[in-house]
Amino acid sequence: MLRYALKRLISLLISLAVASVVIFAVIEVAPGDPASFMLGVNAQEDTLAALRAELGLDVSKAQRYFNWVGGMLVGDFGTSYTYRTPVSQMITDRMWVSLPLALYALTLSTVIAFPAGIYAAARRGKPGDLTVMGATQLGIAVPNFWFAMMLVLIFAINLRWFNAGGFAGWDKGFWTGVHSLTLPAIALALPQAAILARVMRSSLLDILGEDFMRTARAKGLSRRQALWRHGVRNALIPVLTIIGLQFSFLLAGSIIIEQVFYLPGLGRLVFQAISARDLIVVESVVMLLVFAVITVNFIVDLAYAAVDPRLRSRT
Amino acid sequence: MSLLQIENLSLSIHGAEILKQVSLSITPGQIVAVTGESGSGKSMTALAVMQLLPNGAQAQGAVRLEGQDLLNRPEAETCALRGASIGMVFQEPMTALNPVKTIGDQVMETILIHKALPLPQARERAQGVLTRVGLPPDRFPLSRYPHELSGGQRQRVVIAMAIALRPKLLIADEPTTALDVTTQAQILDLLKGLVREYGMGLLMITHDLAVVADMADQIVVMRHGEVVENGATAHLLRNMQHPYTRMLFEASGHQVSRPRATDPRPLLEVTQVTRDYRLPRKGLFGTPGHHRAVDEVSFTLNKGERLGLVGESGCGKSTLTRAIIGLEEVQSGDIRLDGQPVFSDHRPNPVVRRKMQVVFQDPYGSFNPRHRVARLITEPFHLLETPPTGSDRQDRIAEMLTAVGLGPDDAGKYIHEFSGGQRQRIAIARALIIRPELILFDEAVSALDVSVRAQILDLLAELCEAYDLTYLFISHDLSVVRTITDRVMVMQAGRIVEQGETEQVFTNPQHSYTQTLIEAAPVLPDIGMSVA
Amino acid sequence: MSRNLILGAALSSLVLLAALVSFVWTPYDYAALDIPNKLQPPNVRHWFGTDHFGRDMFSMIMVGARTSIAVALVAVGIGMALGVPLGLTAAARKGSWLDEVIMRGNDLVFAFPSLVIAILITAVFGAGAINAIIAIGIFNIPVFARITRGAALSLWEREFILAARVSGKGAARISAEHILPNVANLLIVQGTIQFSLGILAEAGLSYVGLGAQPPTPSWGRMLADAQTMVSFAPHLALIPGLAIIVTVLGLNLLGDGLRDWLDPRIRVARA
Repeated sequence: MLRYALKRLISLLISLAVASVVIFAVIEVAPGDPASFMLGVNAQEDTLAALRAELGLDVSKAQRYFNWVGGMLVGDFGTSYTYRTPVSQMITDRMWVSLPLALYALTLSTVIAFPAGIYAAARRGKPGDLTVMGATQLGIAVPNFWFAMMLVLIFAINLRWFNAGGFAGWDKGFWTGVHSLTLPAIALALPQAAILARVMRSSLLDILGEDFMRTARAKGLSRRQALWRHGVRNALIPVLTIIGLQFSFLLAGSIIIEQVFYLPGLGRLVFQAISARDLIVVESVVMLLVFAVITVNFIVDLAYAAVDPRLRSRT
Repeated sequence: MSLLQIENLSLSIHGAEILKQVSLSITPGQIVAVTGESGSGKSMTALAVMQLLPNGAQAQGAVRLEGQDLLNRPEAETCALRGASIGMVFQEPMTALNPVKTIGDQVMETILIHKALPLPQARERAQGVLTRVGLPPDRFPLSRYPHELSGGQRQRVVIAMAIALRPKLLIADEPTTALDVTTQAQILDLLKGLVREYGMGLLMITHDLAVVADMADQIVVMRHGEVVENGATAHLLRNMQHPYTRMLFEASGHQVSRPRATDPRPLLEVTQVTRDYRLPRKGLFGTPGHHRAVDEVSFTLNKGERLGLVGESGCGKSTLTRAIIGLEEVQSGDIRLDGQPVFSDHRPNPVVRRKMQVVFQDPYGSFNPRHRVARLITEPFHLLETPPTGSDRQDRIAEMLTAVGLGPDDAGKYIHEFSGGQRQRIAIARALIIRPELILFDEAVSALDVSVRAQILDLLAELCEAYDLTYLFISHDLSVVRTITDRVMVMQAGRIVEQGETEQVFTNPQHSYTQTLIEAAPVLPDIGMSVA
Repeated sequence: MSRNLILGAALSSLVLLAALVSFVWTPYDYAALDIPNKLQPPNVRHWFGTDHFGRDMFSMIMVGARTSIAVALVAVGIGMALGVPLGLTAAARKGSWLDEVIMRGNDLVFAFPSLVIAILITAVFGAGAINAIIAIGIFNIPVFARITRGAALSLWEREFILAARVSGKGAARISAEHILPNVANLLIVQGTIQFSLGILAEAGLSYVGLGAQPPTPSWGRMLADAQTMVSFAPHLALIPGLAIIVTVLGLNLLGDGLRDWLDPRIRVARA
């Protein structure tokens, strides 16, 4: 188990290192000099040089890369070209919107998908199954941002149960914050829940065809008992993979959904940064997203071992 | 009164007739073996008793356990019977256990699901039955997971689950087919002992007539969903009424005669061959271990000779086979065909490859489903510098298909249009088409029904005559090797422990392992029939 | 032929037809402004109504189908063209350093959701349809590499591949002659699914302004434009949304139907 975890951890660190090089390299390709972009075409050469020094642009590329990575390791993401404020400060504020939103949506999606998938598998071919499958087929086809607009139209504009947009902030109380993230979370969660429910169903159906399910029935378990005691845990193994993948989709999706609800999250930050050519912010936010995705997949790998003893015993 | 009574059981699945008017009965303490070839309906009979039939199955007739009808009772009552009054053991021990639950939990589940005992006593009972089946808790704690056990040990766990509540009837569906011969003997002994000790009835489904003759009090022979013959073992073996029963027994002990080798000069020379596989590291900083699959193996195969290689799974015979045909290089030692190495400069030597072909086990996996027979059997032409073209090529295809008992017209068909036996014929045609010096038969008849197997063995004998074949016949089936080879080698844990003239080895084995193997293999009774 | 296959094929062809017809005919010029007739709900003259500049929504939807299909199709093409050979190579050299590099590379790309790739590309090169194609295409590469490798690996264990090796055929030849034809069905089915995901991704990228730029109509940007007017002109948001749903639904049904028709054992990666 320890060896397995360590192996995954090393693989995580390598992925992060390579990802940081890729991101840095791509941003380096960007034409133009941030300093002259910020100061305009008429800037004096010495003012430019001073600004470059301030932004840490006056050293070699390799040096800049190590400064960037070294800074991130201690929580220093550099200084925004546009706002001249620490990027870490900007990111922390926005994180408190984006991360809870993604987690909220992941929870919702799992809570909806598991029962739906298990129910459909247990009633394979019956009307209940067909209804769930039809609904998920539709759910997969709906773009989440359009679904978000429809939610706003119905629940915010017509019914006035929620605000159409904006974020109240966590300082006004936990439930106020949750309330303003509810519509965005539903918009994100439902399409993902549709996918997850289908995976859960097909994974469970595969397991139902396994020999050990027949063994369980031969012991005297009813269909339902066999499904719950022997089916669900085995079916979780492929489902975990999808949950890991979905987290990255939810993070990316939240970037778009933030646009619909005017939420002050990482998505808004990154789009503002792109239009202002504030590349240091783009670079750091992208790195952070990639870090989150890789870390979640690492956690999923560990969860595998918890579910599957065959992985654990490989020392 | 009989324990189990099946009367005129007919079964159809989605309209297709599977069983026709099947009748049989079992009394307490009796072993009834149902036998037959694939498609005979023997497994479906077992599943019908368990009421674990696939969807769309319609059963008619009567199945009674101690007088109670099993066919028309509510599902909940059937669940109460399964595991408690009827236990079942399946064919595949590797997949019959839930991989994510401990063996203790799985055995205890039988007890707990029927609320037979409270938890502490259930645990005790589980330890008790596991000890009874040969897995004492001091060596096999209840916390073991299935993947930590071998196939034979897993089958013991499955048996423990089935007998935990001492059912009156035990059903075993090919319980030893997936196991090695020595393990098979142990499991069969265990089942016999349990029947005697508990006074259970045992309904045993198996295709292996030697096992049937050895185990059963009563034999039921089935074909195409019908019972063709049913009788007490001793009586039935002495007077078989139905021609199909005769044919089955004849085919199981089928003998062929081969011509003697003409020109005994060394063809394949294997010298001191060793092949290691790396094992995953033990512990965090341990050194990676090695598994020696083939250990200093040396032998010579003469031209015109038919050599057998027998051994149980994992003994290294597959690795040795792959090394000989040049699919994998060995770490040390030397393999030469006609004096030339199989590998030169870490590359397979094309000159040697041209002289060797293989016939594999699985008649269904050996062919690309998207190609026609003509293309399939001419694939080895790729080895030739100037492969035949045009009418030459057509003639060769026609000749080969005829030689293996098919017709030239079959060249245009796809592989799915052929039966398992026909596919094995096509595989032989593919191996023969470049007239190799040496053919390897890798478990080539193991997946076939006995009647088909007998035909393929006949074909091999004919081809020996017509093409002066030299072959290495790799198999776990001792009876087949005995009739089809001149000389035999016995392999155990990567080493060849004994080799010699086939008859000599079988009648007077020298090595203790060979003796164990021959001892363990169930033998067909001498039923006084003339050998065909 | 299942109901899925027929319905899916019908919906997909409908959208494809609309895209093709738009090259020669649309009811109105999709770019023509007609301010006096702005924000009309669907009616006899404008079947899908008009937008805030009075442009005909039906024409814009037809031309938008063109954009969506082009972007998604090319992106699937990129994914297949690069991913399939990578997957075949990794499977043929299973366990080697090459396999390891390809699979680690795959994992790495999976850590960059297509939107993040698009953000990076846009930050450097600016927004546009081409960059959207590249972003979605890059993301498709590991998808195809992974499923190709998975399917190819189990084929390499089959005895007919061993027979081909015994016949002296090399890895490249076996991959082309035996492996590829036997994974083709899987690739067709997965290709259909990726196509539908591509349509969704393109819409998302256009919605946040990283996709096709004006004046090229695109469904995602039509939705972005509609957002502020959704309370008084809901058809502006409803119609492009339904166009996306119909297309994606059609392709998904087509994929499922093809799978059942070609080979029910095929497993599709859907994420």
